Amino acid sequence: MGDSQYSFSLTTFSPSGKLVQIEHALMAVGSGQTSLGIKAANGVVIATEKKLPSILVDETSVRKIQLLTEDIGVVYSGMGPDSRVLVRKSRKQAQQYFRLYKEKIPVTQLVRETATVMQEFTQSGGVRPFGVSLLVAGYDDVDGPQLYQVDPSGSYFSWKASAMGKNVSNAKTFLEKRYTDDMELEDAIHTAILTLKEGYLNSSFLLINVRFDESLFEHNR
Amino acid sequence: MSITFSNNIEALIFISLFLTIVPWAEKIFEYNGSAIVAMVGKNCFAIASDRRLGVQLQTVATDFQRIYKIHDKLYIGLAGLATDAQTLHQRLVFRHNLYQLREERNMKPETFASLVSAVLYEKRFGPYFCQPVIAGLGEKDEPFICTMDSIGAKELAKDFVVGGTASESLYGACESMYKPNMEPEELFETISQALLASVDRDCLSGWGGHVIVVTPTEVTERKLKGRMD
Repeated sequence: MGDSQYSFSLTTFSPSGKLVQIEHALMAVGSGQTSLGIKAANGVVIATEKKLPSILVDETSVRKIQLLTEDIGVVYSGMGPDSRVLVRKSRKQAQQYFRLYKEKIPVTQLVRETATVMQEFTQSGGVRPFGVSLLVAGYDDVDGPQLYQVDPSGSYFSWKASAMGKNVSNAKTFLEKRYTDDMELEDAIHTAILTLKEGYLNSSFLLINVRFDESLFEHNR
Repeated sequence: MSITFSNNIEALIFISLFLTIVPWAEKIFEYNGSAIVAMVGKNCFAIASDRRLGVQLQTVATDFQRIYKIHDKLYIGLAGLATDAQTLHQRLVFRHNLYQLREERNMKPETFASLVSAVLYEKRFGPYFCQPVIAGLGEKDEPFICTMDSIGAKELAKDFVVGGTASESLYGACESMYKPNMEPEELFETISQALLASVDRDCLSGWGGHVIVVTPTEVTERKLKGRMD
């Protein structure tokens, strides 16, 4: 921790204008397992590698892709336990929206609420930023299929395709080459698998979730 | 100020005493008088109200607005205590403005009805003394009407909904005059006749009417003259 005196206080800007703890959080994400998402014309796919520390781990108990609502899924790169806090808060937010309006929460709104929580954890006392980035994939009647990335700083972006974790740059370059606007869901699934394999030829498990209009399929490969 | 009672009998004595001193307390919904009705037509709807504001039997104003616009295709009429109707309207506009900024779209009538219901139920044990009547056109211009009680229990209808001190006579008038799938012109005529016929059977509402007919392309707003006494 020899970086500087600015490494410790969460809310003190370094002279260069950075908040060093957030940079560190991004480092934690950057060394996490690779996840990616692709938005297709008729759906959106998110995928992540499911690399287990030992063959003795029961792989059915590891769930890196989770549902926030029945139409919105999320995958993380970085620290698993941190992601569960966000999943719990986001699910609650989605249900509060539903309780108020009797209507499904649009993806944009849920992402904004999640990002707000992540931002609050960069400015509040007694907490640290989340060591995760999220890829939120979902479908709603307002904007159709959507893909968002949310970072520990609380900033969020809408992507056609994105990747995070180890090997981001390779994965993103690969996605840039393969992505087309009129891509169908089947192509997108294929591209997602290929992109993950590109980075990790030796990983034998991939966890892939696909959102296709109203039905959800899950594949373990 | 808060009042606490040591037992039920004490509370009962307080309530009966309160009702003796303040005679309108048990019929606060009838304090100002009101009549509101909404009807569904073919790809359109109409919402109408009387224009009287009274204090029991004394008329105070004859140009009172009980129907409020939320956006171009969504209206809410608030029957009951006028002061609460105005406050409730302000709170609903506040909530809708924030929704518009957040989501960059207008509320669907169904969504708005759920919001009104939630806002009312928040005050379950000290309610706004209002009966809302909501009417709007949805995303595909399908008409929607509904009403609810003062604590937000929704009542949906396909044909017409009524509210206010003249609601009993409005039910009768609407039952006999309403037909499904009316065009805007006929709908205006029907809702106006139903309103004017009903307020004449009610001492607390009347003094003309205010009718709004909404189609996917235009909004027609008319003032009615009736028995102006």
